[in-house]
Amino acid sequence: MSASLSFPGLANKGRNMTMNLSAPRTDVQADSPPPLSDRIAALGWDWLGIVPFLTFALLFLIGPMLYLIMGAFQNAEGGFTLDNIVALGGANIVASFSLSIRLSLLSALMGAVAGLVLGQAVVLGGLPAWVRHGFMTFSGVASNFAGVPLAFAFIATLGRLGLVTVLLRELFGFNLYAAGFNLFSFTGLAVVYLYFQLPLMLLIITPALDGLKSEWREAAEILGATRRQYWLMVGLPVLAPSILGCFLLLFANAFGTLATVYALMGSGFDVVPVVLFQQIRGNVLYNPNLGYALAVGMIAIMAVTNILYLLLRRRAERWQK
Amino acid sequence: MKKPFPIVPTIIALIAASYFIVPLIATFYFSLKMTRGTLSFAAYASVFQSKEFLATLGYSTLASLAAIVMGAVIIVPTAYWVRLKLPRLRPLVEFISLLPLIVPGVVLVFGYIRLFGSNSWLPMTNSDQGTNLLLVFGYVIMSMPYMFRAVDNGMAAIDIATLTEAAESLGASRLRTISLVIFPNVRAAIIAGSFLTFSISLGEFVLPSLLNRPAFGPYLVQLGQDRAYEPAALAIMSFAFTWGCMVLMQAFATKKPGQRWLPRLSRKI
Repeated sequence: MSASLSFPGLANKGRNMTMNLSAPRTDVQADSPPPLSDRIAALGWDWLGIVPFLTFALLFLIGPMLYLIMGAFQNAEGGFTLDNIVALGGANIVASFSLSIRLSLLSALMGAVAGLVLGQAVVLGGLPAWVRHGFMTFSGVASNFAGVPLAFAFIATLGRLGLVTVLLRELFGFNLYAAGFNLFSFTGLAVVYLYFQLPLMLLIITPALDGLKSEWREAAEILGATRRQYWLMVGLPVLAPSILGCFLLLFANAFGTLATVYALMGSGFDVVPVVLFQQIRGNVLYNPNLGYALAVGMIAIMAVTNILYLLLRRRAERWQK
Repeated sequence: MKKPFPIVPTIIALIAASYFIVPLIATFYFSLKMTRGTLSFAAYASVFQSKEFLATLGYSTLASLAAIVMGAVIIVPTAYWVRLKLPRLRPLVEFISLLPLIVPGVVLVFGYIRLFGSNSWLPMTNSDQGTNLLLVFGYVIMSMPYMFRAVDNGMAAIDIATLTEAAESLGASRLRTISLVIFPNVRAAIIAGSFLTFSISLGEFVLPSLLNRPAFGPYLVQLGQDRAYEPAALAIMSFAFTWGCMVLMQAFATKKPGQRWLPRLSRKI
């Protein structure tokens, strides 16, 4: 799954402004007259408007999640237990979570650093506007180009018979695989992930880079700061919450990725989503409640990451007023 | 003062561009090598001649379209209503619409299988229709964050309260207001969200795979295990398809209500 393109950070400003423009009118109507019965009646009708949405969300989003969460704390007979949560500490499962987390950390780190460097070059580097426009358009596409086709593309590029592998061997006599690279490995996966992580980082860090005011740089220069000093003492500290927030978003993006791994590695690479996938398919764990605990573990990691992201975004927006 | 040529940024941009483009070129080239010794579009022809390709693609297209329609029918009135009447419930609705971002597809479908499985209170997976419906619902949920935001941004661009008052004072019913006034005004936003939904759900693998549906995603994975050149051809086509979806999405997302697609031909210069 690729979560991308439109993000809270990009859309929020305009929305809040217009909301404030249109909202007071209805508020005044609802709040000013004292008769309580009218207000309850009015509220009763208004509530109905979002009932279809709430029902749908309850049935097909919140219900299934609650079911899994409750199941994680139950044994086969339905009694309360913490055994499943304790079982998450088993060697295999800890290994899966550790693999998933390490892979997500590495790919998020690569994506964040590369995206920041590229963003800095494209946004602030004095390149012509069409370069920036080109990269942004491409990033919109590439950040959504995940899943199975992405795996195919990299097999055709860096697989054992991939074009780049073959060209390097035939033209330069350099054997990529003998040199230790393997597409079907941890590092190989990180390189593949970079193909959607880098564009995503570029898309979400650009507003923050645009928010660096040129006055700050000018002020720093007038005070005699070098380029390096400006970045270390002004630029990066201002950007830090944004960078960290984007990093978390990339982490979550990588953590939830299943199709790309599965198409590249089959079932042999035990990241958490793949383990859960296998467990649902063939019950390899022979214990559905442990499956629930796995699912809850995933939700917990995704939730923590996203909440931290939202908090950091709020902090980052302090500078963008 | 003439600025010096930005050497370092240029180098960075070139490296990044080659990282982006080389896999595409390599994949394209690889996809042309199916016939030994020459370059040809044989892999593409082979893909299009496959019955399974057309069947699974057709199935996924239908499922995605159904998800788009259903998503629009659920989300547009909700976004409208929350803006107009229930601004205080906005955080709740917004939170729910963002919730799918923290629920990976594999977790969602796991919940579906347990909650709507054969021995449950609502055994949707017992019939093909029920399972198809479940798949579509899953796509609606997965695309909800994007659809909601697209529609909500579209509503922010028009003055809903005034439009609604105008429609009501002319005697329009609530349904008429939504379908004939609000809907056309946010049509571009809905279509923008639709293309994103389409690009998410068309090649999606996890949901149909675990629900045992004959969709495009599982077919792709199977093909990747069986063949060498066809997957490359499909990767190229899929990239082009994603590109098309994104271009159309952006075109619709930035279009103002009532704006023309093309400049008038008869305009005098």
